[in-house]
Amino acid sequence: MNLANLFKIALRAIWSNKFRSFLSMLGIIIGVAAVIIMMSIGQGSKESVRANISKMGTNLIMVRPGADMRGGVRRDPSAMQTLKVDDYEKINAQKSYISKVSPEVTSSGQAVNGAKNTTCSLYGEATDYMDIKQWVIQEGECFTDEDVKHSAKVCLIGKTIVKELFGEGVDPVGKTIRFKSIPFRIVGVLKSKGYNSWGMDQDNVIIAPYTTVMKRVLAQTYLSNINCSALTEEMTQNAIDELTQILRTNHKIAPEAEDDFTIRSQEEMMSTMSSTMDTITIILVVAAAFSLLVAGIGIMNIMLVSVTERTKEIGLRMSVGATGLDISNQFLLESILISITGGILGLIMGYLGTKACALFNLPTSIPLWSILVSFAVCTLIGVIFGYFPAKKAANMDPIEAIRYE
Amino acid sequence: MKEDNKKVVIELDNVKRDFIVGSETVHALRGVSFKIYEGEFVTIMGTSGSGKSTLLNQLGCLDTPTSGEYYLDGVSVRTMSKKQRAKLRNLKIGFVFQNYNLLAKTTSVENVELPLMYNRKYNAAMRREAAIKALESVGLGDRLYHKSNQMSGGQMQRVAIARALVNDPAVILADEATGNLDTRTSFEMLVLFQKLYREGRTIIFVTHNPEIAKYSSRNIMLRDGKIRSDEPNGNILSAEEALASLPVQNDD
Ligand SMILES: Nc1ncnc2c1ncn2[C@@H]1O[C@H](COP(=O)(O)OP(=O)(O)O)[C@@H](O)[C@H]1O
Ligand SMILES: [Mg+2]
Repeated sequence: MNLANLFKIALRAIWSNKFRSFLSMLGIIIGVAAVIIMMSIGQGSKESVRANISKMGTNLIMVRPGADMRGGVRRDPSAMQTLKVDDYEKINAQKSYISKVSPEVTSSGQAVNGAKNTTCSLYGEATDYMDIKQWVIQEGECFTDEDVKHSAKVCLIGKTIVKELFGEGVDPVGKTIRFKSIPFRIVGVLKSKGYNSWGMDQDNVIIAPYTTVMKRVLAQTYLSNINCSALTEEMTQNAIDELTQILRTNHKIAPEAEDDFTIRSQEEMMSTMSSTMDTITIILVVAAAFSLLVAGIGIMNIMLVSVTERTKEIGLRMSVGATGLDISNQFLLESILISITGGILGLIMGYLGTKACALFNLPTSIPLWSILVSFAVCTLIGVIFGYFPAKKAANMDPIEAIRYE
Repeated sequence: MKEDNKKVVIELDNVKRDFIVGSETVHALRGVSFKIYEGEFVTIMGTSGSGKSTLLNQLGCLDTPTSGEYYLDGVSVRTMSKKQRAKLRNLKIGFVFQNYNLLAKTTSVENVELPLMYNRKYNAAMRREAAIKALESVGLGDRLYHKSNQMSGGQMQRVAIARALVNDPAVILADEATGNLDTRTSFEMLVLFQKLYREGRTIIFVTHNPEIAKYSSRNIMLRDGKIRSDEPNGNILSAEEALASLPVQNDD
């Protein structure tokens, strides 16, 4: 029998048992919708985390003091003081794969303007920092290399500081604030970056020359870390190698000894985060996929009932010349149609569900391949769980089948 | 009956069929031999359990003999595969069952088209044409698109006969085809079978009603899986006349 006729028979059988067919589709509908929603939330979260990481800076490479901590061994505090201004100067002088470099020292404490105060972070940086972290000056201008050289008491402040210490609508450029009782003259206001994906307010910052922060605020001789930008994204690895070389030489580390610093690239952070997100997505999707398995068993159940119910019809078809293959194809196609129709309805439900999640500000994005995969999986379910009932139908003895009451 | 120039449609040569039930063997057919020629209207009679259905299943290629040979249209069926027998049924056999066996919620034409659905040589238009022709020949030209549940028993059996005719089979096999029908409708069916007989169709009609043998051209009696008698009917009664002489029913 040709495919068009088989289709007609299968569609008629499904249609003449509308309600039952729908019920057996329901499992597939729910399963596919669940898989699509889980995948889209997983994919959406991954994309949003990646976007956040890429907003952290331009081809960012971070150098931190101390050996790689991934071993989880506790170190003595002196190990955290290995990065010095001299390292920064060497990097700045010898760099070839690196476009920008800025040493960093950080502190947190109260910023005060008259009677108003607020708790914030203070970053000591070089002027390159603006480019590395993609900061934009909205009002005023950045401090200069001269300011850095002379440890000038100047600073840039974020929007949150402006709001807390001066209120809306006031231009703070030229005014002075105090941090740990050191007066800083405000030379510029940073354009707002908002909250990052870890929920931190990125506008609650003061940025000042690193020299000023080291000498006047912290009185320390070591750096918290060094931030660099690779020339291009592709040169990230070269830049890392270069940094390692410069720092190992400068620290006089023996060839077989470990680094006393750690280098992390933005790219690496992204892939770490991505793989974490992938793992979470896989767990969610596998859980949802189990409901598809259950749905498949449901279809098999319905198909077995359907085969038994139609024993007489099978006997008749065989007696007028249907082969076992004709009969098994008929039932196989029926179960495939049920599961594919369920799959299509599931995709629609999944799409609507994804839209609903987006309304609640969950990051979502439906990967195109998930649609194709759902389709393939539904067909497969139809074949696998339709196979046994179809086989049962095909193996019936026509004499007994036609006498069946 | 044994005119040598007539074509042999069916030839049974010492056909036996045993069923093994538990530790016992039931000999349903104990060596049956006969030839059936083209254009014969044969009734097969016998008491319940005499082996009529088993014999008909052999003839219809639904089953194969334990031993002996069966030639349908000159081809040996005994050694055929299931698939080959399905094809043979499709092309050479037309079945009429006691309980009609129509597809539910399906129109007459679609029921009649069923055997042709399994024949790749027919496309949709050819199927429809052949089905309409078959329905017209059984007098249901005005019931083409009625569904099976909208028809009387007699009409349903006519649809079933049309279905048996549609593939232009070598032989029509009927198993108690009038068993579910009242006397009047039974005679109407006999009129139809006699019409087919006159048109040259080969018909084998299994029944336990001795009356029906009077309207066929030959009668085979079975008992305990063996042929007890096999006689031509010299005086074939007209079913039409019998129908006319029946008392008229007021509820038809
Ligand atoms: N599938 C079977 N398994 C076992 N015994 C069978 C089977 N079919 C028929 N028989 C036996 O064969 C004998 C003939 O049966 P059947 O051909 O149905 O007789 P009839 O149709 O004349 O009433 C009976 O004794 C019956 O019990
Ligand atoms: Mg019987």
